[in-house]
Amino acid sequence: MNWIFLILEIFGYIFIGIGSFFLLLASIGLLRMPDVYNRMQTATKATTLGALSVLFGIGLLDLNWMPKSLVIALFILLTAPVGASALARASYKAGIALWKGSVVDKYKEEKEEE
Amino acid sequence: MVSLETASKGSRFAYAFIIYLIIWCIFIYSPGIDLRHFIQEFSVGIVFSLIAAGLSYEHLSMRGLKNLSPRRIWWAIKYVPVFIWAMIKANIDVAYRVLHPARPIKPGIVRIRTSLKNPVGKLALANSITLTPGTMTMQIVKDRYYIHWIYVRSEDEEEAGKDIKGNFEKYLKEVFD
Repeated sequence: MNWIFLILEIFGYIFIGIGSFFLLLASIGLLRMPDVYNRMQTATKATTLGALSVLFGIGLLDLNWMPKSLVIALFILLTAPVGASALARASYKAGIALWKGSVVDKYKEEKEEE
Repeated sequence: MVSLETASKGSRFAYAFIIYLIIWCIFIYSPGIDLRHFIQEFSVGIVFSLIAAGLSYEHLSMRGLKNLSPRRIWWAIKYVPVFIWAMIKANIDVAYRVLHPARPIKPGIVRIRTSLKNPVGKLALANSITLTPGTMTMQIVKDRYYIHWIYVRSEDEEEAGKDIKGNFEKYLKEVFD
């Protein structure tokens, strides 16, 4: 029976590794992207999957933690995108311009309609 | 505008109570817990779930127990793998754009429309869009979504909508509408 736990442990560390890699990508993205909206994009997506992957890996390392880490993952999944949207909209309303390479801005029309 | 029918207070309260109790049970679970301890924990859970449900049931749901119909739960379960796969694709996409030396981006804000009516359904679609390749919801006004797209492939509402929503809308319609 021991080898099952060994395999689970290996997979757990693999998931934690993948998660850390995506978290690293998120921070590189923060540095490389040109404006606040593109930064939010990379930061939200990569950190959410990174955190999920790390939590799942922890669940595999010790199966007793699995239900708890899945619930935590669910809450992250529900709240992270809402936070990102709120921040992006707030930056837009505060008048932060899109990057000069941006091709279209339909949101401007909406503001004029109001 | 669609009329937002609300279920009876009792049904909404019961729904909140059940959800809170399930979450409580997951949190207190530990392997090898004996029956006596479990019953103790469970009774405390009932008390706290009642208090929490009493404070918040008005904000948690509008349809109450109807949310728990087997058909909705079945579609919600079917939605999970679709969503996870989209998330993995999104992250490979992010990795490509971040690590590519030329930084291949062409950002812009586009508008798409949805046929979803339920506010929670709209929120779920907005969240899904944010976590899937290259797109981030900025604002929802009635049925119009304003979406920041990291690589704009189409400025047309219809085409962009198809590209961005993929088949999420079909699943969410079954779950929420």
